[in-house]
Amino acid sequence: MMDQLNGGGGLPPLLQLTNVSKSFGGIAALKDVDFTLHAGEIHGLVGENGAGKSTTMKIIAGVYSDYEGEMRVDGKLVHFRSARDALSAGIGMVHQELSTIPDLTVAENVFLGHQPLTKFGTVDWAQINREAARLISSLGLDIDPKTLMGSLPVGLQQLVELSRVLFSGAKTIILDEPTSALSPPEVKRLFDVLRKIKAEGRGIIFISHFLDDVLEISDTVTVFRNGKKVATEPAASLTKDAVISHMIGRGSIGMHMGESAKLISDDTRPIVLAADAIGDGKTLQNISLNLRAGEITGVYGFMGCGQVELARALFGKIKLKRGHLMMDGAQRSFKSTSAARKGGIAFVPENRRMMLFRTEPVYKNVSIAILDRIHRLFLKPSQERKIAATRAVDLQIRPPNPNMALGSLSGGNQQKVALAKWLTHLPKVLILSEPTRGMDVGAKEDVIRIVKDLRDKGVAILVLSTEPETILTLANRVTVLRKGIVAKEFNSGTLYKADLLAAA
Amino acid sequence: MSAPTDQISNLPKSKPLQSFVRNQLRNIAPVFTLLALVLFFSLASSSFFTMVNCMNILSQISITAIIAVGLTYVILTSEIDLSVAAVANAIGITVAYFTLQPDYVNIANLPMPGIIAIVLALLSALAFGLVTAFGVTWIGIPSFIMTLAIMQIANGVSALLVRGQIAYSYPSLITMLGSGSVFGVRWTIIVAILFLLIGHLILRYSRFGRYIYMTGGNREAAEYSGVNVKFIIGSVMVISAMCSGIAGMLAVAYFGSAQQNQFDSYLLDAIAAVVVGGTSLFGGRGGIGNTIIGLLVLGVLNNGLDHIQIDSFLKILIRGLILLIALIINIYAQKLKESE
Ligand SMILES: Nc1ncnc2c1ncn2[C@@H]1O[C@H](COP(=O)(O)OP(=O)(O)O)[C@@H](O)[C@H]1O
Ligand SMILES: [Mg+2]
Repeated sequence: MMDQLNGGGGLPPLLQLTNVSKSFGGIAALKDVDFTLHAGEIHGLVGENGAGKSTTMKIIAGVYSDYEGEMRVDGKLVHFRSARDALSAGIGMVHQELSTIPDLTVAENVFLGHQPLTKFGTVDWAQINREAARLISSLGLDIDPKTLMGSLPVGLQQLVELSRVLFSGAKTIILDEPTSALSPPEVKRLFDVLRKIKAEGRGIIFISHFLDDVLEISDTVTVFRNGKKVATEPAASLTKDAVISHMIGRGSIGMHMGESAKLISDDTRPIVLAADAIGDGKTLQNISLNLRAGEITGVYGFMGCGQVELARALFGKIKLKRGHLMMDGAQRSFKSTSAARKGGIAFVPENRRMMLFRTEPVYKNVSIAILDRIHRLFLKPSQERKIAATRAVDLQIRPPNPNMALGSLSGGNQQKVALAKWLTHLPKVLILSEPTRGMDVGAKEDVIRIVKDLRDKGVAILVLSTEPETILTLANRVTVLRKGIVAKEFNSGTLYKADLLAAA
Repeated sequence: MSAPTDQISNLPKSKPLQSFVRNQLRNIAPVFTLLALVLFFSLASSSFFTMVNCMNILSQISITAIIAVGLTYVILTSEIDLSVAAVANAIGITVAYFTLQPDYVNIANLPMPGIIAIVLALLSALAFGLVTAFGVTWIGIPSFIMTLAIMQIANGVSALLVRGQIAYSYPSLITMLGSGSVFGVRWTIIVAILFLLIGHLILRYSRFGRYIYMTGGNREAAEYSGVNVKFIIGSVMVISAMCSGIAGMLAVAYFGSAQQNQFDSYLLDAIAAVVVGGTSLFGGRGGIGNTIIGLLVLGVLNNGLDHIQIDSFLKILIRGLILLIALIINIYAQKLKESE
C-alpha cells in the first residue's frame, strides 16, 4: 500500500492530492484536482458556492472515502476510510457546518472523545476545565470553559472547535469558512493564532469568501471553479480582482446571462417600508434599507452576513434591539409575525419546510395566510379550494389540484405554493429569501416571471440571496451586506457579478 | 417534470387498500380495538352487553370525556397538559369551599350563594389556565414542565382548602348536573356529549380549529404564515384548564364527596383516551372523533374487566399493555405518514 515518494532530497509535502475526482450520484462534484500543502504554509482556498472546496476538504479529512485519484501524506500514499483515520494521520478539520454539541460545555466539547481520567477511572473534570481554559486562552479567547456551547455565537463555537483540533495534535489543519461569523477583532485574533501554528511547522488550509482576509493571511492561494482547480499562485503575486476573475472565469465578465445586470431604479417611487439602523444585538449590527413600491431590492451577502436575520426582523419574528421600522412614513414595530402579516408584510423563507404543511392538502397551505379575510368564524372550504385552484392556474402549479397533499408535489411546485399563499390579497411588502435556490430551470423561470409581475403590480419586494445570479436577474437596486452591516449599495448603472463578490 | 405527476396518479390505483390503511391506520386501529373488546366481553360475560351496563360505561367515562376534550386541543398543538387531574381536583374542592357545609364538616370555609361559588370556581380554573399559558408562551417553559409545576400548585391549593377533611355539599346546580339524571340518562353523560360535540364543531369548522391543526402540523410554518401561534397555544392551555375545572365540579357531585387525591387516575385516563383514539402525539392529526373512540375503548376495557373473572391487580397491568400498544401504533402511523 505505502510507497515512498522522492526518498532523498527535500522534505515531501505535508499533503498532496493528484487527479482527485468525486461525484455524487453520478453528478461530478470534483474533476481531476491537484493540490499541495507544505509544512509551515497557510494555503488559502477560494471559489464560488458549489465550486467543490468543502468536498475536497472532506476527502482530505476522511469524511468521503469513495473518490478517484491519489492522496499522499508526508509522501506516503493513503486512503482514509473515516475521519478517525485522517485524525490519526494528523489531519484535523473545522467544518463549515458546526459539529460541536450545543448541550455540552465548552470544556467538554474541547475534550470530546478523549477526556482525561482520574486515577479512579472517573472523568477528571477539574483537569478538563483547567486544560480547556488554558487552550482557549492561548487562542486569545475570553470564554468560561463551563459555559454551554450552544449559548455562544457560531463564530466563537468554531474557534472552540479549532482549539479542539489543535489540542488533538493535528499537523494539517483545515478551516472551512471560519470567518464568516467572526467580528473583525475576532478575525485578528484568529490570524494571530494561525501565524503561531504556522511557525510551529504545521500546515493550514484556510477557506473563506472574504478575499481580503485570504490574501492577508495566506502564503499561497488556490482557486476552484466548477469542481476544478483553476489556479494556484503565491498570495503576494495576486490581487483581489485577479482572484475574482479566476473565480468566475477570465474574459467571461459581463458576457453571460446572470453575470451582469443593468440596474433601473427610480427615486421618486414611494418608500413603503424603511429600516432605520436596525440591529438584533447579535448578527444584525446596523442596517438601513428602503423598500420602494414597484421595485425589487436585492440583498446580497455571504452566509452569515445577516440576511436571514434581516428578513426575520422585518417580518416580526426577531425583536429589534436597535433602530426602527417605518411603514408608509409612520413608525411601526411588529411584535409577532401575525402583526407583520396584518400590517401588509409577506415572507417566504429560504427553506420550504419552514413554510409548508407537507401532509395537508394544497388548498390549506394556500389559505392559511388569508383565513381571516375569507372567513369570520367558520370555515368555507369550498371557497378555499376555489382560491387555491385559481392560484394554481396563475402560478402554473402542476398538477393544479387543490386537494392533493402538498408533500406529493415536486420541489419547484411546492415553492410556488409557498408564494401562492401571499398572492390572493397582495401584500404591500414581499420578502423572499433564496427564492430560486435548488430549483430546476423551468420552475426558476416561472418564479422569476411571477416575482417581476408582482413588482409591476406595485408590490415592494425584497429578495435576499447568497447567489449573485439571483440578485442580478431580479433586482432594481442592490444592497450588499457584510457581517451585519451594509457594505455597499448599487442603485444604477451596470452591475457585474465581480462587483458583488468584491463588495461582500 | 411530468414524471412525478404520472407516478402520483398511478400510486393509489396500484395499491388502493394498502394506501388507505397507510393513511387511515391511526383511525382504523382504535375502531377495530373497540369492536374486538366489545365482542370479547360480550362473549365472555352475559352481563356485559346490556342496556344498563352500556349506560354504566357511558357514565363512567363522562367525567374523563370532559377533561379529554380540552386535552385533545392541547395534544393537537403538540403540547401536553399534565395538570388536568390536579386542576379538576382543585376546582371541585374550590366550589365546595364556597358552599355551606354540614356541621360535622370541619372546614373553615367561605359559604356563598351557589351561583357565585360556581363563578368563583370557574374563575379559578381560568386563572390556572392563564398562568399555564403565560409560562408556556411568554416565558417559553416547555408545557411538559410547566404543567407539572401547575399540577403541584393545584394539589397545594386543594390541600390548603380542605386540610385533610372531606366536603359534602355543592351548589344545587352542580349537584343536579353531577349526580342527577333526566329521563333516566345521567346529566354527566349529556354534559359530556355537549362538550364533545361543541369541541368537535370548533375544531373542524372554525378558523380557530384550523389554526390549531396547522400549528400542530408545523409550528414554524404556521408562524411564518402569520399565524399567532403563541395565542393559539395559550388558548388551548386555557381551554384545557376550563374543561378540567368543569369536569372537577361535576365529579365531586358525581363522587358525592370532595377531598384531596380523588382524581389520581384521571390524568392517565384522559391522556390514554386521546392517544388510544389515535390523535398524534406530534400534533396536527386526529380530533374529537378519535378521542370518543379512545374513551369508549378505555371505558369498555375498565368496565369489561369487572365482568369477567380476573385478578384485579392484573387489570392494572392489562391497561398498561393496551396503552403501550396504542402508543406504538400512534408513533408507527406517524412514521408511515411521513415516509409517504
Ligand atoms: N452530500 C452531497 N450530495 C450531493 N451533492 C453534493 C453533496 N455535497 C456537495 N454536493 C455538490 O457538490 C458540489 C460542490 O459542493 P461543495 O464542495 O460543498 O462546494 P463549496 O464548499 O465550494 O461551496 C456542489 O454542486 C454541491 O451541490
Ligand atoms: Mg463549502
